[in-house]
Amino acid sequence: MCLAIPVRVEALLPDQMARVTLGGVSKRVSIALVEDVCVGDYVLLHVGYALTRLDPAEAELTLAMMHQAAVPGMSAMAGAIR
Amino acid sequence: MKYIDEYRDGTLALSIAATIAAEAAIDRRYRFMEFCGGHTHAISRYGLEDLLPANVTMVHGPGCPVCVLPVGRIDDAIRLAMRPEVTLCTYADLLRVPASGGTSLLKAKAAGADIRMITSPLDAVLMAEAEPAREVVFLAIGFETTTPSTALSIDLAHKKRLGNFSVFCNHVLTPPAIRAILDTAHLPPDERVQIDGFIGPAHVSTVIGTEPYRALCAQFAKPVVVAGFEPLDVLQAILMLVRQMNAGHYRVENQYIRAVTATGNRLAQSAMAEVFAMRDTFEWRGLGQLPHSALRLSDAFAAFDAERRFCVVPVAAADNPACECADVLRGLKKPADCKLFGTTCSPEAPMGSCMVSPEGACAAHWTYGRFRDRIPARAAA
Repeated sequence: MCLAIPVRVEALLPDQMARVTLGGVSKRVSIALVEDVCVGDYVLLHVGYALTRLDPAEAELTLAMMHQAAVPGMSAMAGAIR
Repeated sequence: MKYIDEYRDGTLALSIAATIAAEAAIDRRYRFMEFCGGHTHAISRYGLEDLLPANVTMVHGPGCPVCVLPVGRIDDAIRLAMRPEVTLCTYADLLRVPASGGTSLLKAKAAGADIRMITSPLDAVLMAEAEPAREVVFLAIGFETTTPSTALSIDLAHKKRLGNFSVFCNHVLTPPAIRAILDTAHLPPDERVQIDGFIGPAHVSTVIGTEPYRALCAQFAKPVVVAGFEPLDVLQAILMLVRQMNAGHYRVENQYIRAVTATGNRLAQSAMAEVFAMRDTFEWRGLGQLPHSALRLSDAFAAFDAERRFCVVPVAAADNPACECADVLRGLKKPADCKLFGTTCSPEAPMGSCMVSPEGACAAHWTYGRFRDRIPARAAA
């Protein structure tokens, strides 16, 4: 139920609404819960409302930390653990 | 798709799992509860438990709103929907939840009740506007993720002066449920779930932030790591929990930094505060009556409260006695421990709520996890 998906803002519409796309699907959603939304932003969409803006810098940092946490060449070993 | 695919890299997942295996002390157990059904679903779907060493185990939590809604509330909703003037709108998951006497909202719809599936509360407001002769009741359900959208839809109905729109509110709160899981001192030893740390909610935390977990961490001396719903997010969070335990820490950490801040979404919080008020108590399936764990409409918006408009009088209703949903929701039992699992209970014909929603522990285990069981569950007859 708490599923929310990252969608790209394509156009700002009147009444705190916006047109967003995900994988070729376009939808009109409310952006009333997020301040200063711009075209090109990615927002998390949940039941027709944007919940928050995704932070591109923090997303990059997360991926960098994941690569840092990974042990190079250990993936084969992990598969053999069980 | 951006912000999805890069967090599903299988090779990277195996490497992070290798780090978890290398860092988890061999003579120690690491038992983590994923509170959210979204995490339960990801763990089952991507087979993450198969990547973990045997001493790092996951316990499924109660963070599935459809699963924790007690039977009596579904019975109330069916009674509302049977009124000839009422159009009841709700999310698809809820329609199949078994109610008393072998019924469900879907069966009530088949029997002629005007029950409609929607994907946004905004749809219900627009429906009320388009059909002024109908009493449109939105059966609202969900944790803090879903609550702000209900609040804004009520606010919109207020601004549009819609006299034929109301909300049957079943919004519940995350921190009191985590507290109920951890606060086991009063229970007999065999009913105390053994948990060493929590994977905290992803999207609930976009709204409430990470601050509300701090007091729980301190009181119960358990680490909490708020994590995203993608498989790499979950693995990274498990590694962060292992590292906290190894260092003897119990802190709130945030893995989902691309979406979650310490203070959360202030606009969403103020929308909720305006429209809703705290209930003194609310019944949860599995957890019983929990004080200050759910919301009702505030007095200022009482005109939109379906419970007041239609004088809903709660009638006590019992769960199916053979169903183990209550213990599954508290982390005491695994889905396969239930006699009904895979025999008379499957997603096509659910007997308990945990088999209904894709994020319910039983549905996730049936769809993805049962193939790992030593004795495979039998298919439904």
